[in-house]
Amino acid sequence: MNRPRLIACHECDLLQQQVDVALGDSAVCSRCGATLYTHRRDTVSRTTALMLAAAVFFVIGNAFPVVSMEIQGQRSNAMVWEGAWRLHQEGETLVGVLVFFTAFVFPLLQIVGSLAILIPLRLGLTPRYLVPAFRTVEEAKPWSMVEVFMLGVLVSLVKLAHMATVIPGIGMWAFFALIVTLAWASSALDPHEVWERLEIAEEDPTEASA
Amino acid sequence: MSAPTAVGRGLLACSVCELVMRAPSGATQAICPRCGARIHSRKPHSLARTWALLISAAVLYLPANIEPVMITTSIFGAQRDTILSGVAYLWTSGSWPLAVLVFFASISVPLLKLLALAFLATSVQRRSTRRPLARTRLYRILEFIGRWSMLDVFVVMVLVALVNLQALANVQAARGVLWFGCVVVLTMLASMSFDPRLIWDAAGENDGRDARRT
Repeated sequence: MNRPRLIACHECDLLQQQVDVALGDSAVCSRCGATLYTHRRDTVSRTTALMLAAAVFFVIGNAFPVVSMEIQGQRSNAMVWEGAWRLHQEGETLVGVLVFFTAFVFPLLQIVGSLAILIPLRLGLTPRYLVPAFRTVEEAKPWSMVEVFMLGVLVSLVKLAHMATVIPGIGMWAFFALIVTLAWASSALDPHEVWERLEIAEEDPTEASA
Repeated sequence: MSAPTAVGRGLLACSVCELVMRAPSGATQAICPRCGARIHSRKPHSLARTWALLISAAVLYLPANIEPVMITTSIFGAQRDTILSGVAYLWTSGSWPLAVLVFFASISVPLLKLLALAFLATSVQRRSTRRPLARTRLYRILEFIGRWSMLDVFVVMVLVALVNLQALANVQAARGVLWFGCVVVLTMLASMSFDPRLIWDAAGENDGRDARRT
């Protein structure tokens, strides 16, 4: 963690010496201002806790309707996979796959993947799958779009409000909580520290928990 | 004026875990010993890929905005909605803050991304030395806002799932939503293929690598 090391800015390739920064502070590239890394307090424990909460909200959000609508006594509910499935039934399979992956599969991968990496790391275990798993989770991040999905839900609600009674469901509140916890978790995570711990563990398994 | 860079010093930096390592003599690619990612000194064929994805996105941008994205049938008849008519509906029904938001996410952002990435790629090809910092910041903004264009795809999905009360009211997805989804994914892939480090290479700010084309 505190060894002097080189870092190359990922946006302009400037080679710089890594410096220690205070808790909560970031090191930025001296030329282009890109954030190089941020020093987080108890990154593994905090991110684990937040991801556990996110897992609970994810289950609730997908088990209960996000919104319900009522017209003349007829009621219908909407959930993520229903939307994806109906798009498929109407011949827009690709769009269905796209929304299913960005609103369900990638967020799930982000949560389960993070927990599968952080919990063993917290316990001082470093099974072989950790390195490829963490790489996959990091690379899949831009495709997890829960917050965009929720904004879409809000826009739909406003559009429908004129023709029907729309009722926000339990799923919707769970999704709001999910967005907050996921954003919080990603700001609690210091990937550099995780990579360095994984590296130490690879070099010498007895130091894993140090 | 050139500054020390990884590539200039014969080093490779991993794009996933950011480990800096010595490149095996003269190699520009390797497997990261720490995280196992395939690493390159610069994203491979960055400009060619960016242009290919950008042009595809630009071609699809037209049908995405002209063709209807959904068809609403109710006792009052059928109505075809495009992205723009969806915005207009929000505007006239009094939800103008939301109308502005959707207009921004669905119409401005994809167009801005197309234009800005084309500008960045062109500036690198012309070996522009002008304001590399401002161009890097522009790229950073593009990376951040790109995903929000998926908004309208999700709106269609929610409406399709929710409004299916047979004769009373029914919303069906139309082909436009596919083109629109493609535009969003293609522009996201285009900005991921663009390597902002090329801006600094081309501007002659990086040592050992003046304006070499990739």
